[in-house]
Amino acid sequence: MPLDLFTEGDPIADTKAPTDVPIGERWSTRRFRARLVNPANRRKLTVIVVGTGLAGGSAAATLGEAGYKVKSFWYQDSPRRAHSVAAQGGINAAKNYRNDGDSVHRLFYDTVKGGDFRSREDNVHRLAEVSVNIIDQCVAQGVPFAREYGGLLDNRSFGGAQVSRTFYARGQTGQQLLYGAYQALERQIAAGTVEQHARTEMLDLIVVDGRARGIVARDLVTGEVSTHFADAVVLATGGYGNVFYLSTNAKGSNATAIWRAHKKGALFANPCYTQIHPTCIPVKGDYQSKLTLMSESLRNDGRVWVPKERGDDRDPREIPEDDRDYYLERIYPAFGNLVPRDIASRQAKNVCDEGRGVGPGGLGVYLDFGEAMQRLGRKAIEAKYGNLFDMYAQITGEDPYETPMRIYPAVHYTMGGLWVDYDLQSTIPGMFVIGEANFSDHGANRLGASALMQGLADGYFVLPNTINDYLADGPFEKVGESHPAAAEAMQGVQSQVQKLLSVNGTRSVASFHRELGKLMWDMCGMERSEESLRKALDRIPEIRQEFWTNVKVSGDWHSFNQTLEHAGRVADFIELAELMCIDALHRNESCGGHFRAESQTPEGEALRDDENYAYVAAWEWTPEGAPPVLHKENLEYEYVHLAQRSYK
Amino acid sequence: MTVTDSGQRRTPKAAKTNSVFKKVVMAVSGIVMLLYLVAHVVGNLKVFAGRESFNSYSEWIRTVGEPAVPSYTVLTVVRIVLIVAVVAHFWAAVSLWRQAKRARPDRYVTKKAVAQSYASRTMRWGGVIVLLFIVWHILDLTTGTVNPDGDASPYDRLVASFSNPFSTAFYVLALILLGMHLRHGIWSATQTLGQSNKRRERTVNAFAIAFSTVLIAGFLLVPFSVLFGLVD
Amino acid sequence: MTITQDGSRSTAGAASERRGMNLTLRIWRQKDPTVKGKMVTYKVSDVSPDMSFLEMLDVLNERLILDGDDPVAFDHDCREGICGMCGVMINGMAHGPQQTTTCQLHMRKFKDGDTIDVEPWRASAFPVIKDLAVDRSALDRIIQSGGYISVPTGTAPDAHAVPVPKKDSDAAFDAATCIGCGACVAACPNASSMLFTAAKVTHLGLMPQGQPERNDRVVNMVAQQDREGFGGCTNIGECSAACPKGISMENISRLNHDLLGALRAGARPKS
Repeated sequence: MPLDLFTEGDPIADTKAPTDVPIGERWSTRRFRARLVNPANRRKLTVIVVGTGLAGGSAAATLGEAGYKVKSFWYQDSPRRAHSVAAQGGINAAKNYRNDGDSVHRLFYDTVKGGDFRSREDNVHRLAEVSVNIIDQCVAQGVPFAREYGGLLDNRSFGGAQVSRTFYARGQTGQQLLYGAYQALERQIAAGTVEQHARTEMLDLIVVDGRARGIVARDLVTGEVSTHFADAVVLATGGYGNVFYLSTNAKGSNATAIWRAHKKGALFANPCYTQIHPTCIPVKGDYQSKLTLMSESLRNDGRVWVPKERGDDRDPREIPEDDRDYYLERIYPAFGNLVPRDIASRQAKNVCDEGRGVGPGGLGVYLDFGEAMQRLGRKAIEAKYGNLFDMYAQITGEDPYETPMRIYPAVHYTMGGLWVDYDLQSTIPGMFVIGEANFSDHGANRLGASALMQGLADGYFVLPNTINDYLADGPFEKVGESHPAAAEAMQGVQSQVQKLLSVNGTRSVASFHRELGKLMWDMCGMERSEESLRKALDRIPEIRQEFWTNVKVSGDWHSFNQTLEHAGRVADFIELAELMCIDALHRNESCGGHFRAESQTPEGEALRDDENYAYVAAWEWTPEGAPPVLHKENLEYEYVHLAQRSYK
Repeated sequence: MTVTDSGQRRTPKAAKTNSVFKKVVMAVSGIVMLLYLVAHVVGNLKVFAGRESFNSYSEWIRTVGEPAVPSYTVLTVVRIVLIVAVVAHFWAAVSLWRQAKRARPDRYVTKKAVAQSYASRTMRWGGVIVLLFIVWHILDLTTGTVNPDGDASPYDRLVASFSNPFSTAFYVLALILLGMHLRHGIWSATQTLGQSNKRRERTVNAFAIAFSTVLIAGFLLVPFSVLFGLVD
Repeated sequence: MTITQDGSRSTAGAASERRGMNLTLRIWRQKDPTVKGKMVTYKVSDVSPDMSFLEMLDVLNERLILDGDDPVAFDHDCREGICGMCGVMINGMAHGPQQTTTCQLHMRKFKDGDTIDVEPWRASAFPVIKDLAVDRSALDRIIQSGGYISVPTGTAPDAHAVPVPKKDSDAAFDAATCIGCGACVAACPNASSMLFTAAKVTHLGLMPQGQPERNDRVVNMVAQQDREGFGGCTNIGECSAACPKGISMENISRLNHDLLGALRAGARPKS
C-alpha cells in the first residue's frame, strides 16, 4: 500500500443499530430505544437543514410538523429547484403490488448485492422496510404516479430488477416526488415552523465543544456572510459528481457543505465510489456545460450495439445485422441490455477503447429502437418514451425515431459521502447527513430507482425518528456570533472569499474546473489503475497551486457574484478530488462503480477482494499537508452471503 | 436571501378586488349585453317588413306590458339593466387594465405576440371604440340628436342616417370591431365562468366565430340595404 | 467563439472563414434593483449551432471575466429543462422562439448575422436582482397560501386505499408538470400568474386526496396572487403558448370553475 499518501487510524463502527435482535426488528427496536422529545420542548429546539431536495425538503417539512424550529437553506431561488427534480425513472418500494415474489427481504437482498457488498446490512434493510411507507406518503400528498385503468398504481421493472417494484410518474418521477416534499415544506413555511433562507449557501460548519451548533452562510444576493445557530445541523446537500465538471448533476450542485464539514472533523466515506450512468447524450464540444441523462428505462426496449469492425463509419441504418455487435446481449445473455449500470458503462467504454465507438471522437454507442418500433409500433414507443425522444432530438438535432440514438456513459451519482451511523449522525455529534450526501445505503453501486427511495426514506422516516435521541439532551447552551468558534469560522470564510477575489490572475474559474474534471474522468473515471491515479495525484496539487495563484474572479463579495460562488466550489472540488484519488488508489480491488484495472477476472469482469477490502473507508482530514487518516468500518454480512456478482 | 415573513421585503400594490371577480363581472355583463344584441338584431330585421311594421315595432317597445304597467316601464327596466351592464363591463375592463399596468411598470424593449389573436389584442381599444359608437348610435337613432332627420319616425331616421356613406362606414367599422370583441368575449366568458375545457374548446371557438358572424351580418344587412336602395 | 463589446475589442480573424455563426446580442444589464438598466450590445462570433443558449452565454461570460468586465448574471441550474430556474426573454419571447426552457434552446434555431435581444422577465412581482436574474419568490408564496395537501408524515393510508381513475391521474400529472419558471407571467400582456396558479389548483383538485381542501385552496391561492401584485387574467393565451411544459388554458377555466363554486359554498380567503 502506498503509505506515503495516508496513514491508518483506529477502526470505527456503528454503535446505534441494535444488533442484539434479528435484522427485521432492528429498526422498530431502535425507534423504541431512541429517546423522545416532549412536544412542548421541541419548540425550544432549533434544527438547521441545508438543502431542499428529496432528503432535505422532506426532513425540513417533517421536523417542522413535529414542532421543532427549523431553518432551511438552499442556494437556488426556490426549494423546488433542487436537483432531485431531474430524476426520471422511478422509485422502488417493496409493495409487491404485482404479486411477483417481491418482499422487503428481496429488496434488501437486491440492494446489498447490487451495491457489490460494500454497504451496511442494517441500513439497507431499514431502507427496504421504509420504502413502502414512502409510496403511501407520496400518494396521500397527491403525487400523480402512473396508474392503470383500474385506478391502481402501475409498476415497472427497472435497472435489471427481476420484479416490478418501481413506481413512476412518466419520465418525471423525481420532479413529482420533489414537488410533494416542496409543497409539504411550503406548508410548514406558511405555518411558521420553518424559516426560509433562499439563495443562501452554507460555507462552514460551526462546532462548539465538539458539537455541531450552526453554520456560516453567504447570502448570494447581498453577499453578506452570517452565522446561524441551532441545536443540530442536517446536511442534505447532495452528491459531488461535479468534481468531474461534466456530469448529469445541475450546474450548481457542489460539495462545499460536506467538504467543509469534513474539514471540521466529519469523516468522509468511500469518496471513490462514483456511479457512471450508461445512457447519457454524448459530449459534442468544448463549450459543453453539462451532460444529459436519458432514463435507463430506455434499455428496456432499446438494443445497444456498435459496428463489428473498427472505423465502420457507415450510416447506422445501412449497417446490416451481421455487421453489428450487440455486445451486452452477447456477453451477458441472461440480462442482456438490462445489466446494472456499472457493467453497461464499462462495456461501452471497452468497445470505444477498441476503436469501435460511434459519433464525434468515437465516444458513443448506438441505442437502437428499430426492432422495438417494428415489434410494438411507433405509437407505443411514443407513448412510453416520447418525452425522452423529444429531449434527445432537442439536444442533438437528430430524430431518434429515424436513426439510432447515440449514448455514452456520464458521471451521475456518488455513492460515497460523509460517514454516518445507523442514526444518520456523522462523526461530529449533532451533525446529521441524509440523502446522497451521506455514504450509507448503496455500497459501491446504486441500483436504478433507489436514490429517490433513499432520499425520501432518510428525510421523511429515518432522520425525524433518530434525531430525537440526540435532541433529547438539548437545548444546548446558547451560542452567539461572538463565541470564539463562531467567530473563527466566520473569519475563515471571509478570508477565503477575500483571497479568491484578490488573486486576480489570468485563468477563469471554469477553465480550472474543466481541467480538473477532464483529469478525473481520464484518471479516476470508469476504470482506474495505480498508474492513472498516481498521475492524477501528481497533477492535482499543481492545479490547486495554480488555482490559488492564477485564478481570475471578477466583481466583489458584497453583491450577486456567480463567479465567486463557482470559485469557492471549485476550490473545494480540487481538494476533494485528491481524496477521491487516494481512496481509489488504496482500494486495490474492483467493486461496483470502482473498477481497478489491476483487479479483474480473466474475462475482464470486476474482481472483488472481500478478504482485504470488505470495509468502509472513512477518511479523516488532517490540516496542512499531513496525509489523511484512514478509519476502517468492517462490513459483516449476516443475512446476505458474500458472492461474486454475476449477470451472465 | 432570507425571508422570514412573506412580503416583508416588498409591499406590492395589491389589487383591492379579486381579479377573477372582475372577470366574472365582465363575463356576466357581457352576456347580458349579448342577449340584448340578439333581441336588437331581430328587431332590426323588421325594417324589411316595411315602414309601418318597423314603426309600430318601435312603438310596441315603449308600450309593451300596458295596461298592467305604465308605458315605458319595460323599456326603462331594460335601459337600466343595460346601463348597469355597460358600467360594470367598463369598470372591470379599466380596473384590470390598471392592474396590468401596475403588474408590469417597465415594459419590454422587444415583445412579440405568439398566441394572441387580433381580436384578443384589440379587446381594450376595440371596446372603447365600440363604446363611443354606442353613444353616437343612441344620439343618432334613439334620441335623434345627431340625426339629419332627427324628428322623423324611427324608420325615416334610420334611412336618413344610413343614406350618409360616412355614417354607414362608421357603423360598419364599429360593428366589425364589435364582432371581434364578441368572438374573443364569448370564448373568454366561457373560460372565466369555468365552462371551457380541451374537449369543448374547439366547439366554443367555432360557436363564438359563427355566432358573432351571423349577428354582425344581421346588423349589417340593414345599412347595406339602405345604402344600395333596397330599403328607402 | 470570440466576443467584442461595442468596438472596445475587435473581432479576431475573418469571421467568414469560421464554421460558426456571428451574432449580435443586445443584453439587459442592470447592476442591482436600485439602478436603472439598459441594453448593451455584444458581438459574438463562431457560435456553434449545437450550443445551448446558456452555453453561448457561458462563453460570452468567460471572456467578459478575463477582460475584467462584469459577466452577465442569469439564473440556471439543471440545464436539462426541468428545474425551472432559467428563463429569459429572447427576441421578445419567453424562453425564445421555441416552446422549451432557455437551457434547452439551441443555437441552431438562429441564423448567422442575427441580432438577439435578451431581457429579464418583467413584472413588478418579479423584481430584477441583477441583469437577467429576477426574484420569483412570489410564486413560492402562492404555493404557501394553499398549494399542498395537508398530510403530516406517517399518517397516510395504504397507497391502494383510494383508487384514482387513470384519466384524472393523467390529467393531474399534465398540470403537475409545471416547473414554476415564470414564463407564463413573463409572456402575459397583463403579467398574470394565472396559469401557474391554475396548474396547481388543477393538479390537486383532480386527485381524491385533494378534495377536503379544494375550496379553501383555490380561494387562498387566487387571493395571494392578487396580493403579490400580478395582473389579472384576460384569457389571451400567451402564457400557454410560452409554457415549456405546454400547460393548457383549460386549467384556468378549471380554476375559475372551482373558485366560483368555492365562493358560492362560502369559502373566503384568509386575510
